Amino acid sequence: MANLLEVQQATKQFGNFTALQDVSIQVPKGSIFGLLGPNGAGKTTLIRIINQITLPDRGSVYLDNEPLKPQHIRDIGYLPEERGLYKSMKVGEQALYLAQLKGLSKAEAKERLTYWFDKFDISHWWNKKIQELSKGMAQKVQFIVTVLHKPKLLIFDEPFSGFDPINANVIKDEILQLRDEGATVIFSTHRMESVEELCDHIALINKSKKILEGKVTDIKRAYKSNTFEVGILTENNTDLYTTLQGKFDVTPADFKTIDDQLKMKITLDNNTSSNELLQYLSDKGQIMRFNEVIPGVNEIFIKTITENE
Amino acid sequence: MSNLKLIIKREFIARVRNKTFVMMTFLSPLIMVGMISLIAWLATLNNDEIRKVAFYDETGLFSTDFKDSGDVDYIDYSHLTLNDAKDSVVIKKLDGLLYVPKKNSNSELAKSIQFYADEAPSISILNRIEKIIANKLTNQNFEEKGLDLDAIENSKAKVNILIENFSGEKTSKMSSYIKMIFGGVAGYFLMMFIIIYGNMVMRSVIEEKSNRIIEIIISSVKPLQLMMGKILGTSFAGILQFLIWVILGGVLLAVVSSVFGINPQPVGIDQSMAMQGDSQQEIQLILQDIMKLPLGTLVLSFFIYFIGGYFLYSSIYAAIGAAVDSETDSQQFMLPIILPLMLGIYVGFFSVIENPHGTVSTVFSMIPLTSPIVMLMRIPFGVPWWEVLISMLLLVGSIIFITWLAGKIYRVGILMYGKKPSYKELFKWMKY
Repeated sequence: MANLLEVQQATKQFGNFTALQDVSIQVPKGSIFGLLGPNGAGKTTLIRIINQITLPDRGSVYLDNEPLKPQHIRDIGYLPEERGLYKSMKVGEQALYLAQLKGLSKAEAKERLTYWFDKFDISHWWNKKIQELSKGMAQKVQFIVTVLHKPKLLIFDEPFSGFDPINANVIKDEILQLRDEGATVIFSTHRMESVEELCDHIALINKSKKILEGKVTDIKRAYKSNTFEVGILTENNTDLYTTLQGKFDVTPADFKTIDDQLKMKITLDNNTSSNELLQYLSDKGQIMRFNEVIPGVNEIFIKTITENE
Repeated sequence: MSNLKLIIKREFIARVRNKTFVMMTFLSPLIMVGMISLIAWLATLNNDEIRKVAFYDETGLFSTDFKDSGDVDYIDYSHLTLNDAKDSVVIKKLDGLLYVPKKNSNSELAKSIQFYADEAPSISILNRIEKIIANKLTNQNFEEKGLDLDAIENSKAKVNILIENFSGEKTSKMSSYIKMIFGGVAGYFLMMFIIIYGNMVMRSVIEEKSNRIIEIIISSVKPLQLMMGKILGTSFAGILQFLIWVILGGVLLAVVSSVFGINPQPVGIDQSMAMQGDSQQEIQLILQDIMKLPLGTLVLSFFIYFIGGYFLYSSIYAAIGAAVDSETDSQQFMLPIILPLMLGIYVGFFSVIENPHGTVSTVFSMIPLTSPIVMLMRIPFGVPWWEVLISMLLLVGSIIFITWLAGKIYRVGILMYGKKPSYKELFKWMKY
């Protein structure tokens, strides 16, 4: 799969402060790419470099295998974290203005805006001023303006902040649909559940350096420890637990069940397969639960960052 | 449509639609004309009042000389006693009593004439009375010495120096005043324009910053483009406002003056001409002077310095707007704007008027931050073309340089929230 965006060795300093150091990322075409990191890690600087708002001190950026050029602005849609609209301008007017700044003709912009306003059922807002709308309503307008010019690359910085769960879902579905229509999405957020749900690739930035990047499945595979969560119904839970402790690496586990099971986590060494464990357990009682423990993005995030401290 | 055009259009419309802007545009000429008419009306009110002055003349010399004239009536109380005369003046609420005592000689008399009044009388009335007495006494002195009054009158020479330059063009003495007025008005207007519209640019930058729309916009356009669009759009709004003011002001002034019969023509010129006592020729010369001012050059240089000065300062205003979060914070950075503007005005009103081609005037008409104002005030006095050229080149050069610097501060500043920057910090931003 080709990469839509490649950042190579980007470095940016503000005075004595290093915001980014030799950060490289590769965003495959058609992916939803999660850009993660704690506050102040350098995510926004990286995003601003991609948007040509800030120039890197060193390093280069390629969009669709071409070095980033001013014209590429029209291929990118950016929803910044710090976002707002002109308070005293009418909704329709400023949506038109922002769309025209992205290179759409007035007629084209109007046509597409009508489509989106109908889709979100907000056509009656056209002549309202932003100061009459709530924050969530304004965010919808901003979302429309971001995607209106059908960019190849969409960059969302905390897109769900300010939305109630219902509208957040609407936006999430729109993002997925845009991806299906061929757009590539970079997605910067702290909300790990939405990363888990949406992203197929992630990069983790901490203290101006990239510390992790790849396909979510690959990363999870790398971080899993061959551990299985087991629930088993026996006559005597304590007996079995002591027996198992002699053979495997066992720790007690906790999950919700309706009957009194022996609950534990068993970590296997590389020479033992899950089947062997299953076979061993099969005559010890009634196996109610047997599943591999796969680390969540959240765990990986916290683990990687604490390891790098 | 190119992005710059779009930005200019938006900024223009945003400025023009602003309620305060609309109010200012239409109310200012009304207020101005109202003020002018009020002042003119008050002045006529004052002039209508006729002063009543009584005189008590022990010498009997002046009984025929104090004749009622214009705004002063004279009443002869010489037939009363001095105390009665004083009392009647108080009772009848006259404006004063002139007391001419009997003395042995004219020279003694000249020193002992008194004027009694509760309130100090106006200088112009006193001057007039003094003139009447002095004339009378002088003539008497002449007669005593056996001089022929008619012969003296005939031998008086009247002098009015006509100023002429070496190429033979005549000018009036008013010429310097006219030049001063032209230059002064132009310089003052420029300063007001810079402050009013520079502030608008700054406010519009702060608005985008505090609305948090700025990052959305600069992901579509270059910050410098946005800044230039803002400056240009605002300047067009300013030009429109100025045009409306001129037209509306002119119409209103014409209406008011025809309704109230007040002549708002330059009163000063009329008066000073009356003082010089002349004449058709002088008026013609003044008109000639106005026509002879390098009007073409004046208008052209007015535009160039106007635009240049505005660009120079408004990019500084834009940078300040980008550096701060709110208008209140902007105060600390106003000094670099207000100081040179004030300096320009002061140099203009003191040095240029005193000596338009002196070292101070010349130097300040070259320094870019003061040159628009000072040079505008110098130009009516005739400045060599090469001096104007150097000054303009310096101005253009510094516009490019300052805009570039301001652009650097601007592009960093618009994305900075929450800290109050110091000058040191701004200097650092220039290097990012």
